[in-house]
Amino acid sequence: MSQIKSLDDLKKIKEAVQQKIQLREKSLDPEKVVQIKVGMATSGIASGAREVMAFLIEELEKRNIEAVVTQVGDMGYCYAEPTIEVTLPGKEPVVFGNVDTKKADEIIEKYIKNGELIDGILPANYHTI
Amino acid sequence: MTQIKMHLLVCGGTGCRSSHSELVAKALNESLANHGLDAEAKVVSTGCFGFCEKGPIVKVVPDNTFYVQVNPDDAEEIVKEHVLKGRKVQRLLYLDPEKEKTVSDDRHMTFYKKQIRIALRNCGFIDPENIDEYIARDGYSALAKCLTEFTPQQVIDIIKKSGLRGRGGGGFPTGLKWEITSRVQADQKYVICNADEGDPGAFMDRSILEGDPHSVIEAMAINGYCTGASKGLVYIRAEYPLAIKRLQIAIDQARKYGLLGENIFGTGFNFDIELRYGAGAFVCGEETALIHSMEGKRGEPTFKPPFPSEHGYLGKPSNVNNVETYANVPVIILKGPEWFASIGTEKSKGTKVFALAGKVNNVGLIEVPMGITLREVIFEIGGGIKGGKEFKAVQTGGPSGGCLTARHLDTPIDYDNLLAAGSMMGSGGMIVMDEDDCMVSIAKFYLEFTVEESCGKCSPCRIGNKRLHEILEKICKGEGTMEDLEKLKNLSQVIKDTSLCGLGQTSPNPVLSTLENFWDEYVEHVVDKKCRAGVCKSLMKYTIDQEACVGCTACARACPVNAISGERKQPHTINQSICIKCGACMEKCKFNAVLLQ
Repeated sequence: MSQIKSLDDLKKIKEAVQQKIQLREKSLDPEKVVQIKVGMATSGIASGAREVMAFLIEELEKRNIEAVVTQVGDMGYCYAEPTIEVTLPGKEPVVFGNVDTKKADEIIEKYIKNGELIDGILPANYHTI
Repeated sequence: MTQIKMHLLVCGGTGCRSSHSELVAKALNESLANHGLDAEAKVVSTGCFGFCEKGPIVKVVPDNTFYVQVNPDDAEEIVKEHVLKGRKVQRLLYLDPEKEKTVSDDRHMTFYKKQIRIALRNCGFIDPENIDEYIARDGYSALAKCLTEFTPQQVIDIIKKSGLRGRGGGGFPTGLKWEITSRVQADQKYVICNADEGDPGAFMDRSILEGDPHSVIEAMAINGYCTGASKGLVYIRAEYPLAIKRLQIAIDQARKYGLLGENIFGTGFNFDIELRYGAGAFVCGEETALIHSMEGKRGEPTFKPPFPSEHGYLGKPSNVNNVETYANVPVIILKGPEWFASIGTEKSKGTKVFALAGKVNNVGLIEVPMGITLREVIFEIGGGIKGGKEFKAVQTGGPSGGCLTARHLDTPIDYDNLLAAGSMMGSGGMIVMDEDDCMVSIAKFYLEFTVEESCGKCSPCRIGNKRLHEILEKICKGEGTMEDLEKLKNLSQVIKDTSLCGLGQTSPNPVLSTLENFWDEYVEHVVDKKCRAGVCKSLMKYTIDQEACVGCTACARACPVNAISGERKQPHTINQSICIKCGACMEKCKFNAVLLQ
């Protein structure tokens, strides 16, 4: 542990632990940032949802996009796993199917950054109460 | 490296720890390791979440799931279902008693809806034993800002402008106190933190020290800069071992980072903090008694003036503030005095932490904006009265405060309104009472406490309170007269007017406020020899309904003192001179023949 001698030193420590605190801070107000839910039931995990989730968390941070990535249970699209649901601030959620890391990259670049719709959107087949 | 994608925040406050939250944390860690998930999810032990009613609390982020009453045995299910598969464990979610629906996150719980957490901003959010997490929440940047950008007077002006008042009970303007201490010339000054929280049922300061000790350390250093003191002392009661442990860890970490010690932030400012333990005497919360206790003398108060700001610890100027007051300071510096002053009422700015206890559904630690009504606190945040009973009174301000009734429910809570209503803000204890509480007994309870805790230095407090207690005892036994009620009033006033320190000057408040608000109940005790709440045993009488009694002898066999006599199959009777009013006969009777009057 080195000594803190300036505001910059303080900032360095802050940045180093930022990621883990942000995880908590963002959860206080998730509507303000991009929310992504990854379907993580047995079928999802079997088709690689775990890797997709790790990829999303890592890449969103690298690309400086504020987002909350959470895992949820089965979304019911077992034919198109892994599935992810993306909610941009103030918009309706959109579900993407068959998401591998390549597709995830496309979703970040096109939909999340520019709001462009891309292939692979699944029709919403349920209403959540 | 896999990224941590989930935190499991486990409450590590004293309340949750007493229901084994450390074991929950341990079980979660073990289970995560067993499932190979320890690289993806992390267990963090935090300070108090405030929802002590339903502890131990485990909060999962980022999906913000709020689990209540978690047992160590539940850890495996949380890991298998939630961490691995993303399915919330429904049975552990909070059940909204009104809607009979589970609520998964704290933002939708009525308990949290009306709260604004400033002093408690990091409680239940960061790991209190990790200074880095505090720094990540802008910790110590208020100190850096003060030392590098402001003069001491500018900082004092910010605090003055914010309208912050002492949270220990008195409500003295904090900025003004700092200014007075700063103006006194001396070779050595001291910054003192009063962590001698002594009101029965209060745990605000303990929770802040357990959940966010660095905020207090940072504020004390800021105060040292303003007043010109290089030494800080925290007077904390030895009954708070966890708070002491975390505070000591925090001080050590701050020293390692050079945030305490010499030449802080390279500005030439020196400041360090030491702990002083109190033995738990209530009077030591009074600042002059506190200082005497720290000096190794008897914990007795002395007459003010001189105030500690001029003549304090070892005769040197000392700035004494309470834990919660300090915890507000860093936020005020960072967010500005205007922001702070925008919360609250005209003369009471900001928020207040209350320890909500007694007969409410949601017992816990809450922080609400000044100006909120008692009704909102008790019926919305507190979730109403336990068991659907009738609200009777709420006691604020501990042994120095008073009891407020249903007609005060819509009074906005602030320093001045509570005083006008015959109670006081105090340090933040709030005890709710229902129809089963006898107000004479409540007054007696608080007097018992003051009689125990009076230091004995001045006679009004030492003898007067004892006499008050005796009269109350007499009334509870059914031997009181109307004249006694007058005596209570007069004696109370004399004690208030002539006692040396705050303890005696406020100790008759519970008597005066109950006399004022519950006069009928006192009269009932005295004239009708009745206690409507059924608390005063001497005033109760068990009798047997001669018509309903079938002579089964069940009551006679249950009576521990053989007060019941009668032939088999003949109505029984209770000998009142032997009866100890235990109620055993009433429980045993299958024919509802035992009556309570």
